[in-house]
Amino acid sequence: MLEQAQRYEAVIGLEVHVELNTNTKMFCSCAIDFGGEPNSRTCPVCLGQPGSLPVVNAKAVESAIRLGLALGCDIAPVSQFHRKNYFYPDMPKNYQISQYDIPICLHGELTVTADGQDHRVGITRVHMEEDTGKSLHVGTSGRIHGADYSLVDYNRAGIPLLEIVSEPDIRTAAQAQAYLSELRAIVLALGISDAKLEEGSMRCDANVSLRPVGHTVFGTRAEVKNMNSVRSLGRAIEYEIARQTDLLTAGHPVVQETRHWDEDAGRTSTLRTKETTEDYRYFPDPDLVPVVPDPGWIEQLRAGLPELPAARRARLADSRGLSAEQAATLVGAGLDGILDDAADAGAPPAEAANWLTNEVVAWANERDIEPAAAPLTGAQLAELSGLVADGTLSKKLARQVLGGVLDGEGDPRQVAQARGLEQISDTSAIAAAVDDAIAADPGAAQKVRDGNDKAIGALVGAVMRATKGQANPGLVNELLRKRLFADGTGGGDGG
Amino acid sequence: MSADLVTATAAQLLERLNAGDVSAAEVAQAHLDRIEATETQVDAFLHVMHDEALAAAADVDRRRAAGEQLGLLAGVPVALKDIFTTRGVPTTCGSKILDGYRPPYDSTVTARLHAADAVIVGKTNMDEFAMGSSGENSAFKLSRNPWDLGRVPGGSSAGSVAAVAAFQAPLATGTDTGGSIRQPAAFTGLVGAKPTYGRVSRYGMIAFASSLDQCGPIARTVTDAALLLQAVAGHDPMDSTSIPEPFPDLRPSLGAGVDGLRIGVVREFLESEGLEPGVRDRTTEAIERLGKLGADIVEVSLPHAVYGVSAYYLIAPSECSSNLSRFDGVRYGLRVGAGTAEEMMAATREQGFGAEVKRRIMIGTYALSAGYYDAYYAQAQRVRTLILRDFAAAFEQCDALVSPTAPTTAFAFGDKTDDPLAMYLNDVFTIPASLAGSPAVSVPGGLDDQGLPVGVQIMAPVLGEDVMFRVAAALEAELGFDPTPRGPNALKAAL
Repeated sequence: MLEQAQRYEAVIGLEVHVELNTNTKMFCSCAIDFGGEPNSRTCPVCLGQPGSLPVVNAKAVESAIRLGLALGCDIAPVSQFHRKNYFYPDMPKNYQISQYDIPICLHGELTVTADGQDHRVGITRVHMEEDTGKSLHVGTSGRIHGADYSLVDYNRAGIPLLEIVSEPDIRTAAQAQAYLSELRAIVLALGISDAKLEEGSMRCDANVSLRPVGHTVFGTRAEVKNMNSVRSLGRAIEYEIARQTDLLTAGHPVVQETRHWDEDAGRTSTLRTKETTEDYRYFPDPDLVPVVPDPGWIEQLRAGLPELPAARRARLADSRGLSAEQAATLVGAGLDGILDDAADAGAPPAEAANWLTNEVVAWANERDIEPAAAPLTGAQLAELSGLVADGTLSKKLARQVLGGVLDGEGDPRQVAQARGLEQISDTSAIAAAVDDAIAADPGAAQKVRDGNDKAIGALVGAVMRATKGQANPGLVNELLRKRLFADGTGGGDGG
Repeated sequence: MSADLVTATAAQLLERLNAGDVSAAEVAQAHLDRIEATETQVDAFLHVMHDEALAAAADVDRRRAAGEQLGLLAGVPVALKDIFTTRGVPTTCGSKILDGYRPPYDSTVTARLHAADAVIVGKTNMDEFAMGSSGENSAFKLSRNPWDLGRVPGGSSAGSVAAVAAFQAPLATGTDTGGSIRQPAAFTGLVGAKPTYGRVSRYGMIAFASSLDQCGPIARTVTDAALLLQAVAGHDPMDSTSIPEPFPDLRPSLGAGVDGLRIGVVREFLESEGLEPGVRDRTTEAIERLGKLGADIVEVSLPHAVYGVSAYYLIAPSECSSNLSRFDGVRYGLRVGAGTAEEMMAATREQGFGAEVKRRIMIGTYALSAGYYDAYYAQAQRVRTLILRDFAAAFEQCDALVSPTAPTTAFAFGDKTDDPLAMYLNDVFTIPASLAGSPAVSVPGGLDDQGLPVGVQIMAPVLGEDVMFRVAAALEAELGFDPTPRGPNALKAAL
């Protein structure tokens, strides 16, 4: 298998669709909201009523340009809408208004990190188009084959989509996942979509083919659809690479076709064979004039771009002395803002980063919410670090306090006091417990005196239990040693 | 009393209505009576809006009595070609595939007529989806030429011209893609104009060829035509191809005469094979009369106009093949039940579309298909640019162009139905201005030796409606044409 895997390299290109979060649809003023009765957000235009005409949503054009700029694309000085003609009941006009050979953005790139390495993926184009309606097939399986009848809901018809096409520069499933994650992070940073793969506001199709290592000619590709998460994308690509490898190794050809990824079964299957490419009879839409964005406007949009994830990661790592991985985790989880605030409020960045990546992310995952939505401020995190630094809390206790802060019990100091978690650092308070521990375990005490330092653990444990974990461990250690070694008699009750 | 109401021009009616001489209700009733008296002979209407018209007229009278400000056409009856959507009122576009369809919205033209307080009397017959030059392609009925009931009124605005020529209404809206207002106006002794492309909104005007279709007025006088055009023209944000330039008030310049204007005579047109002698003679006489009125007559050339028909019959079918895709039985109109969605769509279109529509859909689909697009559609558009440049060059030498409107006068039913190409050649003089986007108007130039009306076409530069109507008005005043249909086979209905 290893031998065979070395003979072929995977050539992968991704097509990603992003549903924009504009107020209204791409070509009409119907509101975009979610839920609602079927066909309640429609009008003559998005229903394709006779005589209706499209009018371009300027905000959608703005979002397209901003995404193009964020991906390093050239913004076309003139771009054109084309009609893509084919018949299907979920397409009200039986053509989709899209862009063909003159799209709004061309020639960009995205650098992603996968398997510890940076990899450049070219971006062929970004273009605008309108979404279709949704079909509901009513029958036994819910799929179209064997359905008794179908219903169509046009609420989604006409919603603005951006299509981002990558060059076939991706070589592994991990790179594909990194590309999709990074693209999603950029879309979120721009605020142009909520980009939820599981809900369909971001969709990804993969074109996968193999070729012998060293060859430049592309092999036959299969298009894979229905990956609803980054994880799913990775699994589907690995499956497809393995499937094609097996075929080619056995001397069979790969069929050019569209395949459906089944997440439960963990495999792809034929959806439709594309022996010839469908002829969409593209022609410029005569109802729409060319899109000619004002160069001044483009520069304004460029100047107004937010800090993109890559720059953010680099800045975070540099300015706070964090590792690239930590910076990536923080930015990816949307926690970099809190970190900056905490560091500004005096928390050591590395420590604050650890709290965030270890505790806060876990807390959020348990409750199925976005880490960035965790109810924690940088100031609170800084206060927590301060309490550890001044000995009020041990690390262990601090973790409990943090949990309390996240659960809404108040600021760290308040939580510590309310829960009675403050470390006991008063020597006299601990002294009794220290004496009891030594008395209760003379064997361990003797071992320590004899030079077995590790044995002190049992005694420390006993003191911690007796103080309900609140004794300052450092102080416990210190007092035990004093007692064990200062006492010249070497055991028993001491004088 | 009612005879002079129906023979009055819109301008005369407005005077009398404003003077309180007559009520809008009387005017409406007179025209509804005239429709009833003549429809069996003329068959202009697909749907008479009897109740709506009387209600609208009563409303105008009430508001006038209350001293309210009224619109430009208050109380004037207008017939609408059945290509304009009228909310809740049947709109068929002359096709079985929309039999029974009641649109959920008004076209902008309909809305502007309502805003002008016009009294809409009904929807007129037309060639199916505006494809035809005789009216014979209507799926429902044959409209007849009031000048000779055995002859076609021309097309595609067959019913609109039949209605106005028969005095059923003083004004009608038509649409002109390659001559569908001008040619039928010529055949019926009327004034029919196509404005500059983009002057009148196409929102709600069921699309045939999007880059060519324009709404225009049909009337018995130039002043009336200008009035109707003024009431509906002007930018519409619902139509992206609607031009921002405000429509000029034509009334001040209408009577300015032609002294000092340069009138161009298109050499290629007058030398055209197939141009009937009677048409040529009336046209050359008209040109002479313009010269006597003070115009400078110059000969100009439109060298590529000879390719106009070929270019048009590639561009228009291409656009229509896409525009008509939406008629599939899914959302509105005719549905012929069958097994799968695809089978249902195919059966619906097979039964719902007539032969000429199918012909043009097939031609257009072919011209846009892969491998043929560049040789046909793209090539035709390049030829279009050459024609556009010919016009621009010609208008450097003259202020307006004059030519025959159509090569023949009205022909008999069935004369050209066996030969689609012969039918297409009706448009040889009207198509070039359509391709160039230039405004053009047909005015009556007299009768041929059979007593049939001859139309003379005046074309002007883009946005040049003022000069175009000025020349038209001068010619009209000079010729004093009587629009009453007369002759052995003319409409028999006492006025």
